[in-house]
Amino acid sequence: MTLTDAAPVLRLTGITKRFGPLVANNAVNLHLGRGEVLALLGENGAGKSTLMSILFGHYTADEGTVEVANESGSLTPLRAGSPAAALEAGVGMVHQHFTLADNLSVLDNITLGTEGLWRAFQSRAAARRRLNTLMEDSGLTVPLERPVGNLSVGEQQRTEILKALYRGVRILVLDEPTAVLTPQEVNQLFDTLRRLTEHGLSIIFISHKLDEVTAISDRVAILRSGVMVGERETKSVDRGELAELMVGHAVELHGRDPQPRGDEVARLDTVSVPGPRGGVDLKEADLTLCEREIVGIAGVSGNGQGALAALLSGLAHPSDGSFDLFGSPVSRFDAGGFVADGVGRIPEDRHRDGTVGDMTVWENAILETYRDSANQRAGWVRIGAARDHAKRLIEAFDVRCPGPDAPIRLLSGGNMQKLIIGRVLENKPRLIIANQPTRGLDIGAVAFVQDRLLEAKRQGAAILLISEDLDELFQIADRLAVIHGGHLSEAKPTEDLTKRQVGLMMAGEGQGAHAA
Amino acid sequence: MGEVVDILLAVSFWVAAVRIATPLIFGTLGELICERAGVLNLGIEGIFTVGAMTGWMAVYQGMGLWGGVLVAVGVGMGFGLLHAGFTVGLGVSQHVTGIGITLLASSAAYFTYRTVLPDVTSPPRIEPFEPIAIPVLVDIPLIGPALFNQTALTYLAFVSVIVTAWVLYRTPLGLAVRAVGENPAAAEAQGISVVAVRTGAVAVGSGFMALGGAFLTMSAFNAFFFEMVGGRGWICIALVVFASWQPGKALLGAFLFGAFDAFQVRLQQSIGAAIPYQVFLMLPYLLSILALILVSRRAAYPRALMVPYRKGER
Amino acid sequence: MRLEPRESTGLALRVGAPASAIVAALLLAAIPLGFAGVSLIAAYYEMFNGALGSVFALTETLTRATPLILTGLAVTAAFRAKLWNIGAEGQLYAGALAAVVIASYAWSSSPFVMIPAMMVAGAAAGAALLLVPTLLKTKLGVDEVVTTLLLNFVMLLFVSMMVEGPLQDPMSMGWPQSEPIVDEAVLPTLVARTRLHAGLIIALVAAILLSLLINRTRWGLEMRAVGANADAARFAGMKIGRVMVMTAVISGGLAGLAGVSEVAGVRGYVTLDLSPGYGYAGIVVAMLAQLSALGVVISAIFIAAVFVGADSMGRAMGVSSYLADLIVALSLLTMLVAGLVARYRIRWA
Repeated sequence: MTLTDAAPVLRLTGITKRFGPLVANNAVNLHLGRGEVLALLGENGAGKSTLMSILFGHYTADEGTVEVANESGSLTPLRAGSPAAALEAGVGMVHQHFTLADNLSVLDNITLGTEGLWRAFQSRAAARRRLNTLMEDSGLTVPLERPVGNLSVGEQQRTEILKALYRGVRILVLDEPTAVLTPQEVNQLFDTLRRLTEHGLSIIFISHKLDEVTAISDRVAILRSGVMVGERETKSVDRGELAELMVGHAVELHGRDPQPRGDEVARLDTVSVPGPRGGVDLKEADLTLCEREIVGIAGVSGNGQGALAALLSGLAHPSDGSFDLFGSPVSRFDAGGFVADGVGRIPEDRHRDGTVGDMTVWENAILETYRDSANQRAGWVRIGAARDHAKRLIEAFDVRCPGPDAPIRLLSGGNMQKLIIGRVLENKPRLIIANQPTRGLDIGAVAFVQDRLLEAKRQGAAILLISEDLDELFQIADRLAVIHGGHLSEAKPTEDLTKRQVGLMMAGEGQGAHAA
Repeated sequence: MGEVVDILLAVSFWVAAVRIATPLIFGTLGELICERAGVLNLGIEGIFTVGAMTGWMAVYQGMGLWGGVLVAVGVGMGFGLLHAGFTVGLGVSQHVTGIGITLLASSAAYFTYRTVLPDVTSPPRIEPFEPIAIPVLVDIPLIGPALFNQTALTYLAFVSVIVTAWVLYRTPLGLAVRAVGENPAAAEAQGISVVAVRTGAVAVGSGFMALGGAFLTMSAFNAFFFEMVGGRGWICIALVVFASWQPGKALLGAFLFGAFDAFQVRLQQSIGAAIPYQVFLMLPYLLSILALILVSRRAAYPRALMVPYRKGER
Repeated sequence: MRLEPRESTGLALRVGAPASAIVAALLLAAIPLGFAGVSLIAAYYEMFNGALGSVFALTETLTRATPLILTGLAVTAAFRAKLWNIGAEGQLYAGALAAVVIASYAWSSSPFVMIPAMMVAGAAAGAALLLVPTLLKTKLGVDEVVTTLLLNFVMLLFVSMMVEGPLQDPMSMGWPQSEPIVDEAVLPTLVARTRLHAGLIIALVAAILLSLLINRTRWGLEMRAVGANADAARFAGMKIGRVMVMTAVISGGLAGLAGVSEVAGVRGYVTLDLSPGYGYAGIVVAMLAQLSALGVVISAIFIAAVFVGADSMGRAMGVSSYLADLIVALSLLTMLVAGLVARYRIRWA
């Protein structure tokens, strides 16, 4: 059954959006039929989220129109730049980063903005009745009175979808909804979505993952560099074609490249670490890292990776257990000391932890090493030497930027990450902690980062790769461990594992692997 | 010890405690409303001052007491709108804007006072609000005269606490205010205008602050003096933290503070010159700092406090 | 309306923004002047003349600028590291008191011993006063805005206690005024028969040193990194608490020096009206300079000119001298807008 002929419920015509010199969307056309699941496929930075933010009124398009079907089914223009108007017209959106207020209850989050502001009291009882019916119909259950901050990520996503359904949306936009879910939770989500389309809901599903797109959608629209480069019926398309449309050229993938494992570099023995920023604690973890190997840590984010990375980066100290680094027990937990001893750290969040946006590229290049005699003398920063160092990094790591004196906030995520990788690798580290090093990067940058990590491994470094991307882990990790609820499984050779096994362990099921 | 007991058993002590607490109730409530919506309002000290001056001036010019109250609230809301224009509309630093509003409002108050009354040496007095005894309740020993023989503005402060608590926790509007203070993007996604809600909250909160100032000139001192606000605004900011951003606890905090202040004044009179009077005058400020230290470990700030929200920022 | 970050802020904007803010503030001052019922042209002329119109006027403006440079630098140092020090006023008084304690008795006959000792003591006192809220912030998470503000009141009461108590001048006939400092500790006059004193040199040297510290040294790098992104600074191995303490010592020390300079250069003793709000005006000075240490010198001179000019105009035309405070407050607010324009392009969508 093809659904493209169904009456359109949404039409975008000639949407163009510029951010300064960047054209995020260029004359994009798109339509959506009733009960259809349209996948919007594209790399990070292709303009998918911008397009949807325009539909939802977070941004205003520079050119073009958005039309949404009204109650009687005829397309009418949508007032630009107003989320309220989009909601009114029946468009709902579930963002990649949830828009929930953590300290408010699920019920408050859902009913927020659904009642006239000037009413003398909230009709909580009526809302609860309606929600109970909705939860039964859709299969999405959430505890209504709990503060959202106490819910699991999966429950938060369900809250987001319920929020849209409560408003009676006819079009639901899901922005990278699977990024935070385990493979099993993804299947659950897909079941729910199918159930919803049967009730007449139309869905736009944003993703850059080909297998998900082919599993759930009726039709695929592909965006590349802000331009709509193709539209295909899902059942009659193969993944190779989609991949090429998305990237624009064939992509070379890196292999694992096994090396003879070298000496032990770091050893954790029943180490417990309190979670940073109130996150999940690491509980009695055992782990060894050796020269010339990449150990991957799989897991849905927020399961204790933060504590593990903080410990190995010198930012947190263990509450229990022993931690040996380079053959001797660690006595001082001090990030600067770790760097000086040869630990390279690639942080999870490059904007928050990796760079100081308002400082220049050269200042960021020496941010971890400004105390070294190469960069300062008697307290005076050797500006010339530091700028030269930055220029070398820009050259060697292909960092596209106006120059060493530009503020680093002007750089794209990929180029920022290249500078961080360069900063780390130039120090010739013996241990590298890479926490989500490719998240949010386009395919070219992903390949670059993976390539550099493999190169560092060949040169003898031990690498801990924390990633949510199973494909990446299976591609380049020599051994794999899974982290769930703060418990770290034993690291096993990647070839002895399947994605299904790892997926189950990520969901906390597969305890057998821990004992084995 | 006997002196302490004497002080605590005197009706005049409790009456004074409530009188001292009243402007703090208004100010704390006003700051609390702003901060619940995510906006720190350091303009409070200046808005107190300008509320005190304009309310008094309006009465002095013959507008009547309630006319004065209206003028003070209106002017306070005006400065609140200015603060909101900068911090909510333009999204610039809430700290610096607040200090700027305080400097502007207090110098505007002083300039206006001096320009209208260039030659007066002793500040002219006005007929203030009279205490109104509430029948029956006023006869309760100790508490009765303290709580139920006060001026209309004190009763207004009590009512304001109840109304504010109701609005914050029981109405869609209050939910919207709390939501824009916790996660403005979430509120915007639900169709709520963050700019409008925050601006409104800052304006209303600033109106309360001005009421606190007006109480000083229209119900406590009956005249306007330079530097008369004396840091009450800053103390209110400490009280908001102490009260964990809850109106009920704000009322309690203001009472405790009022009682302490009334107590130290009486203690000072009974101890006499043994300790320099300045030590007693320092106590309210030191107490505020102590209150901040005590609650600092468990202070649960509204998540988006001091975080400017710009729609569509990337 | 939408704001788009500019890729770089050109020199024209960096100079033009504060200049237009100042012009806007002066123009807005026409409203209170009109309210006071004086001729606008005459008023502005008197203001300009009173501040810059003669050598004497110029020296008065520079004399006023001296403490403002120092408090402006104090705020600049603190705000660069996002330490919200609103307590420069109290720190100024702390420095002034320490100067009197050290220098009211001639324990050395050499000004080259007395003056540096007095400066060190004043800076230490100012630094100590700011260390309290700073440590409360780093150790306990107590917001420093409110504590620094409240400590201003505590400090002023402490000064009052001292000048009516242990430090009171026995010759003052009961007036709340401290003992004077000895002649060996008085800062030399720069221009004969004016009040302009060597405190200005101290302030200028401080501006140059702070500028070098912030822009050229590893400690400045740390302050700026902590201020701009504390998470990244911590990740890079910087010790946030230690950087904050260092910043507090510098900031409080500079504000304390402002007090020393006023006592040793202008007054000779401490009274409760030693500072007409120099600490608060320091915030305006620093913001007008966009937190540039060298820019502080220029913006302090401007703010001083406003104070001196408005005073002189007020005396001549019977306008309240609170006009100066009004213009200073207006400059801060107009500068916030100008700073925004300098950093963002405003798009009307």
